[in-house]
Amino acid sequence: MDRLEILKTYKIFIGGKFPRTESGRYYTPEGKGGKPLGNICQSSRKDFRNSVVAAHSALGGWATRAAFNRSQILYRIGEMLEGRRAQFEAELIQQGVTASAAKSEVEAAIDLCVYYAGWCDKFQQVFSAVNPVSSSYFNFSVYEPVGVVAAIAPEKSSLAGLLGTILPIIAGGNSAVVLASESRPLCSVTLAEVLATSDLPGGVVNILTGNREELLPFMVSHMNVNSFVASDLKPAEKQLAREESISNLKRIVLLKDDPAKTESPYSILSTQEVKTTWHPIESSIAGGGKY
Amino acid sequence: MATKQKTLEWEYAPAPEAAKIAKVAKRYGHFINGKWTAPSSGDYFRTTNPATNKKLSEVADGSAADVNAAVKAARVAYEGPWGKMSGRERGKYIFRIARLMQERAREFAIIETLDGGKPIRESRDIDVPLAANHFFYNAGWADKLEYAFPNRKVSSLGVAGQVIPWNFPLLMAAWKIAPALATGNTVVLKPAETTPLTALKLAEIIADSGLPDGVVNIVTGAGETGAAIVNHPDVNKVAFTGSTGVGKLIQKSIAGTDKRATLELGGKAANIILEDAAIDQAVEGIVNGIYFNQGHVCCAGSRLFVQETVFEEVMWKLKRRMETLIVGDPLDKNTDVGAINSKEQLKTIQKYLKAGVEDGAEMFQPKCDLPSTGNWCSPTVFTNVAQSSRIAQEEIFGPVLAVQTFRTVPEVIEKANNTPYGLSAGVWSDKGARLFQISNALEAGVVWGNTYNQFDPASPFGGYKESGFGREGGLHGLAAYLDF
Repeated sequence: MDRLEILKTYKIFIGGKFPRTESGRYYTPEGKGGKPLGNICQSSRKDFRNSVVAAHSALGGWATRAAFNRSQILYRIGEMLEGRRAQFEAELIQQGVTASAAKSEVEAAIDLCVYYAGWCDKFQQVFSAVNPVSSSYFNFSVYEPVGVVAAIAPEKSSLAGLLGTILPIIAGGNSAVVLASESRPLCSVTLAEVLATSDLPGGVVNILTGNREELLPFMVSHMNVNSFVASDLKPAEKQLAREESISNLKRIVLLKDDPAKTESPYSILSTQEVKTTWHPIESSIAGGGKY
Repeated sequence: MATKQKTLEWEYAPAPEAAKIAKVAKRYGHFINGKWTAPSSGDYFRTTNPATNKKLSEVADGSAADVNAAVKAARVAYEGPWGKMSGRERGKYIFRIARLMQERAREFAIIETLDGGKPIRESRDIDVPLAANHFFYNAGWADKLEYAFPNRKVSSLGVAGQVIPWNFPLLMAAWKIAPALATGNTVVLKPAETTPLTALKLAEIIADSGLPDGVVNIVTGAGETGAAIVNHPDVNKVAFTGSTGVGKLIQKSIAGTDKRATLELGGKAANIILEDAAIDQAVEGIVNGIYFNQGHVCCAGSRLFVQETVFEEVMWKLKRRMETLIVGDPLDKNTDVGAINSKEQLKTIQKYLKAGVEDGAEMFQPKCDLPSTGNWCSPTVFTNVAQSSRIAQEEIFGPVLAVQTFRTVPEVIEKANNTPYGLSAGVWSDKGARLFQISNALEAGVVWGNTYNQFDPASPFGGYKESGFGREGGLHGLAAYLDF
């Protein structure tokens, strides 16, 4: 007799835990050949707010962690992905992508992890500055994470695009709340399982599934969100994002390039602040500085 | 028998700078396409000396038509000579402007003080030299941009619309124009309506430098003129320094466009005195932090946090120091605190003084004779200030200090960050480790350790949170004017 297959319940990822949406709502996107992909959580405003709380409490520990350690954890995400290649490929195919495209997208996603893992402890060195001021001060500018970042992952590239959105945000020490591709949500849920087993502290990345139009206004107006990142918004959505951002002047980052295909330290800088510190240098002849 | 104490009376003889050196025309038009241009409306408005409220000159009231002409000129210059010029040649023009400003520094300082009310000591030693230095610093970048942003071929944005405030009229013009030109953009700039003169004098220098027509255009007017620049469809980049309220309106009004923006907005900076600080130096830093430029400084150290153990000593020394501050004629080289920039601003400050008293804080002002005409406010300090008080929450933009105390470092970090603003902060401690610990934890774009209100063209300036976004100055200030 044939064994009955166990179907997976797709959940969302908040604070390192896997709840269903508090709203009890679901939607059923169609995959290859019109086959339903599953009863996917249609996350609510409350789910988003819970995620921001989780992201906020995770922020301090993640931002102050050694950049070297963040690097190791991002690399670990890559390792975990590598081990689950087959599952991600199968999900991509289920969502309507060809086998060869699925294979190359998973490979690209893994390589993105390795790429950004390497930048964690290097972008600061490349882009910070010691500023030669004309007075007797040691003056330097360093990058600091902007804080909690809300992001919308690209609709089409549901794995590489999602990772390409998340990685530059967390590589720089921010925490993130990400809304996954609405029509192709399967990989996001599985990616959450990868993140949960990658030594990434709970709450650093939170992943929601649901309706972009419904959640966008909350994501761009929330007072405890410091920045918003997206790559494929429509003109009206861009305008809404910029208009609503004035609540707390959150930094709106509308990427011109597809994050699935972008490997750049400038992507990390887009969710960073520059802090400049002045510290006096004593200049007295007693110190032997002058002859 | 008690001996009679001999008291020393220190009287400073007046040392006024010569106002007559300033060459101010009776009337100024806009500077558009290299030419002085009468406003299309025919309307002019007065600019006055806030120390006397006497008229200095009158300047053109910019209409949408004037702004349009300026943007058009900037576009033509961008598509034409300026856009085609090599970085090396661009840089040489900017160096020239720096030199011309240095040569005429004394005249510029006097006009800055006449028009804005700030002490001549500040315009002479800070505003004007720093403005020239910004041109000098940025000039050298013009042909070296490929070194500034590794692995990127950067390009200019186009026409930059720039709107600047009245607290550092010439310096803000330099902060805005110098990097815009170095990166290959052209400019339409509007100075504040109460302080237009040094920007117009800068236009004279720009004309003298031989800069191609239309590369820099200066249009005067009030808020509506600024809005016409910001909302002009052919402006590619908006750079604004001013209040958070107006900054938010600008961000909203350009939301439907792909204009790039940098906003340099308000602040309510914490100046933190730890018990191991050198108290005498710290007191100087407190005074410089809040009474510099009458407190008309977005990064002013307007919230003072003193560790409880040294509170009494700090306050005693601070009040004693405040008694020695000379408030009065801005043109006098002895003056420490000049005139409040406008009647309107004086009213705002007085409203906050009232609010401070109403909210239960204790007000102290040193005994000083204020001139009978003009706009004046004594240096003021409030103690016993509740965190919820308006004087602890809102930007006053005047010589008003709100003092709070703390016991532990985590407590003061929490209090310092408890504001929507995040422009700057000061930390005073003899211990470098503690100073850097606090600097790391503060949500502020600039942190001054054992000093305050230091500026340099090589040092990026700009805020966290609702103090705006983008940086000005240094290598990081170039990014705001470039496409990657």
